[in-house]
Amino acid sequence: MKFGVVVFPGSNCDYDSYRAVKDSLNQQVEFIWHGDEDTSGFDAIILPGGFSYGDYLRAGAIASFSRIIASVKKFAENGGFVMGICNGFQVLTESGLLPGTLMLNTNLRFICRDIYLRTENDSTAFSSELSGGEVIRLPVAHNQGNYFCSDDVYHRLNDYGGIIFRYCTPGGKTTEDANPNGSRDSIAGIMNERGNVMGMMPHPERYVEDLLGGTDGIKIFGSLVNANTGRADN
Amino acid sequence: MEIKEGPEVTLELALEHGLTEEEYERVKQILGRNPNYTELGIYSVMWSEHCSYKNSIKLLKTLPRSGGKLLVGAGEENAGAVDLGDGLAVVFKIESHNHPSAIEPYQGAATGVGGILRDVFTMGARPVASLDSLRFGPLKKGRVRYLLDGVVRGIGGYGNCFGVPAVGGEIYFEESYTGNPLVNAMAVGIVKTDKMASAVAKEAGSPVLVVGSSTGRDGIHGATFASEELSEESEAKRPAVQIGDPFTEKLLLEATLEIIDEDLIVGIQDMGAAGIICSSSEMSAKGNSGMELQLAHVPMREEGMIPYEILLSESQERMLVVAKKDKVGRIQEIFEKWGLHSKIIGKVIDEDRLYIRMGDKLYADVPPESLVLGGGAPVYTRETKKPKYLEKLNKSQPRVKEPEDYNKTLLKLISAPNICSRRWVYEQYDYQVRTNTVVIPGGSAAVLRIRKSDKAIALATDCNGRYVYLDPFVGAQMAVAEAARNVSCTGALPVAVTNCLNFGNPYDPEVYWYFSEVIRGMRKACLSFDTPVTGGNVSFYNESKESAVYPTPVIGMLGIVKELKNITTSYFKDKGDLIVLAGELSNEIGASEYIRTIHGQIRGPLPPFDIRMEKRVQRFARRAINAELVKSAHDISDGGLAVTLVESCINRPDGPIGCEVDIVDRRRFDKLIFSEAPSRIVITCHPDDIEEIERMALKNSVPVQIIGAVGGAKVEMNDYISMTANRLRKAYEEALPWLMEKRK
Repeated sequence: MKFGVVVFPGSNCDYDSYRAVKDSLNQQVEFIWHGDEDTSGFDAIILPGGFSYGDYLRAGAIASFSRIIASVKKFAENGGFVMGICNGFQVLTESGLLPGTLMLNTNLRFICRDIYLRTENDSTAFSSELSGGEVIRLPVAHNQGNYFCSDDVYHRLNDYGGIIFRYCTPGGKTTEDANPNGSRDSIAGIMNERGNVMGMMPHPERYVEDLLGGTDGIKIFGSLVNANTGRADN
Repeated sequence: MEIKEGPEVTLELALEHGLTEEEYERVKQILGRNPNYTELGIYSVMWSEHCSYKNSIKLLKTLPRSGGKLLVGAGEENAGAVDLGDGLAVVFKIESHNHPSAIEPYQGAATGVGGILRDVFTMGARPVASLDSLRFGPLKKGRVRYLLDGVVRGIGGYGNCFGVPAVGGEIYFEESYTGNPLVNAMAVGIVKTDKMASAVAKEAGSPVLVVGSSTGRDGIHGATFASEELSEESEAKRPAVQIGDPFTEKLLLEATLEIIDEDLIVGIQDMGAAGIICSSSEMSAKGNSGMELQLAHVPMREEGMIPYEILLSESQERMLVVAKKDKVGRIQEIFEKWGLHSKIIGKVIDEDRLYIRMGDKLYADVPPESLVLGGGAPVYTRETKKPKYLEKLNKSQPRVKEPEDYNKTLLKLISAPNICSRRWVYEQYDYQVRTNTVVIPGGSAAVLRIRKSDKAIALATDCNGRYVYLDPFVGAQMAVAEAARNVSCTGALPVAVTNCLNFGNPYDPEVYWYFSEVIRGMRKACLSFDTPVTGGNVSFYNESKESAVYPTPVIGMLGIVKELKNITTSYFKDKGDLIVLAGELSNEIGASEYIRTIHGQIRGPLPPFDIRMEKRVQRFARRAINAELVKSAHDISDGGLAVTLVESCINRPDGPIGCEVDIVDRRRFDKLIFSEAPSRIVITCHPDDIEEIERMALKNSVPVQIIGAVGGAKVEMNDYISMTANRLRKAYEEALPWLMEKRK
């Protein structure tokens, strides 16, 4: 499987995503420059964390007008897998590839810490390696991760199983304390209705080695590899 | 637009610029004429304390500044470099940004981080970690909370966006820092030894480029501002504080590393204090050359800037590049790709001269050698005088009442601002970006892996200013020792030091006595540990109208881990593990946090410090760790043995665990558990390994004793202390958030 990692000016988890896919998943991976348009040959595109274009204006807002995002939209229309992590998730909501928006954390501070996630839908291309209700631990590191959406969007997300992860306690309960940023109904990661575009605030690429604190991130990337294999088999 | 040429230069104007009468005479002598307004500005910033180190360099040169694994010694380049083996080097340095942070905490701290990162990547090294050593007044003051909040936001705002993990540091709160906080930022980078860049201008005819941001009027005379005491007028100097743009810095990083990697340059230096004039004169002096510069070509963000302003501007995120003659096109292509300016503004010449023009008019004609540290900049030795109060403060052991309720005393101590959890701070920093952080903040030292190797680096900053205030010679040694001990507790060998020396006004003989004693102590300790000083920064004039700060020589220590798999962390691991004290029990409580927080006394004497014992204890700990006998190692410092034990219990990521400690010693129990005597480490091991540990300790002439075992829900010490680890954890964790956010 071949991954592409988009490099915006100001991306700073691009390298981490690249290494995670290459070293821990043993998959092919290449960087894609934000000014490029060509997405051919890739099976999945990762929009990495960081501060694209300095996150000036609003997080992800300027990046959503970049050349590569126009191509990523076409790539997604054609069924390609797109995964936005942290700033990448912000870019996806800003560009309309995912519904809702990410507001400032309720404590108005940057938050870097380990959090727990409950798997809400285990039959997606991004979570098939997990089981329903399974709790995983990943780090968050963001200023604007407070997911918000209208009631309509919220119900639609629920209807098609679009909510993949919710913040929870280590025991799997969604509580106010376990929700680091004030997200609506503890939402941490969502996907589009077609099931090929996903965004999440926590960083799976950071926990792919025991040495660095955990390996739960592998399950998310691994799900994608499986989904791609499934596609090829069909 | 008409160019204003500035007022006529007189002695009075020179004095206003911060030059002394003698220095002004010297300028006239060097030039053989009166300087014009632009030249006066040039000499005043270049000869400011901040750029010239005129009152410190003589003593700094007595520190061990080379040898060991040093590839680049102190003062040779923008930062020191240490050989890591495998063709890699670690580049690291610490620097202060105290005065800007006192006036405008967010931007002051942010640009402090930005400045030190540039010092590292201008050498071709990619920054892999940063640390922040902070000092503030007591948090009961609203202004202090505002400063801490702003500084933490500034550090996070800059570093998080740039993408460097903030992995460690320390914070102290003492009265003396109330008007003048200390904000010292350290950056660490990794470079291939054959790709290290130099801050040199040579090879006549080589084009000189200014790259990165455009130049504005921000930060003019920042260096001069840093070289005077803070006063009520300082608030009006807010415009002397620079504005940071971490996004541009990130782009500058990538572009800079690309031009160095492709071997397109002769030399490069970042622009920090004193902007273009500082980099152009220092690079020229280093290469025994000069430059012709045309300021009209400098990209400017404001109209009508005069040469004086362009030369002295401290606009951030800029570099001066001396290009290889035929490589300018490729350099400009790379900067274009990253959306940054890169403009030729002149060329290197084979003459000790800076000719600075704007349009066709010559604005400055000065010898670069005369401007710089190590060249013509003044060098002074100042008067010293030992303060009288010290004798009284150190005369006898402090007398304090034994606590009636030890549980209450311990709770109060672990929730004291100098001891409680720093989580509120470090969770505002991205400490994991770039995925190398193996040991996160909260322990003794941070550990970062080096990709594609078995090695790792360990990093810590330390300095207890109260110790140094009470006894600068020993206090400075103890600062080096503690930093080394923290690094040793991970299993790493301490190899080199960067220092940030924060003091008051050097013209005050008592301040200067402290400074000279600190240098003497640091020299002794660094020689003894074989950890040369690779550079750093001196920050004088840290005074507000109340008082000078505690003399605070912050030590940034680099340690090298040979086998990453052998490192250890500071928290207890498993039930049944034995708790072993390496080093002696002590009942010396002078200078301790215990007598300060519980009994309201700030006084000595410092506990005795034997540097040979310190080295033996550290060596023993490293050997035991690398023999895989040790499950946790945590040094004893602020708050003494009791706090070390509590931290080891509650900082366990899988949830707190208790311990049962029984100390067999008839001296007073409060003194035994709260003494901050140095040269001590608490380690734990599996019971099967205790004999081997005892044997190893004997061989290294280190006293060890089993003082208890890990396990249970409670922290118990003799018959005096019994509380659940959870209760202690709550007190430890909630203290700082409560002080910062809830108490208002």
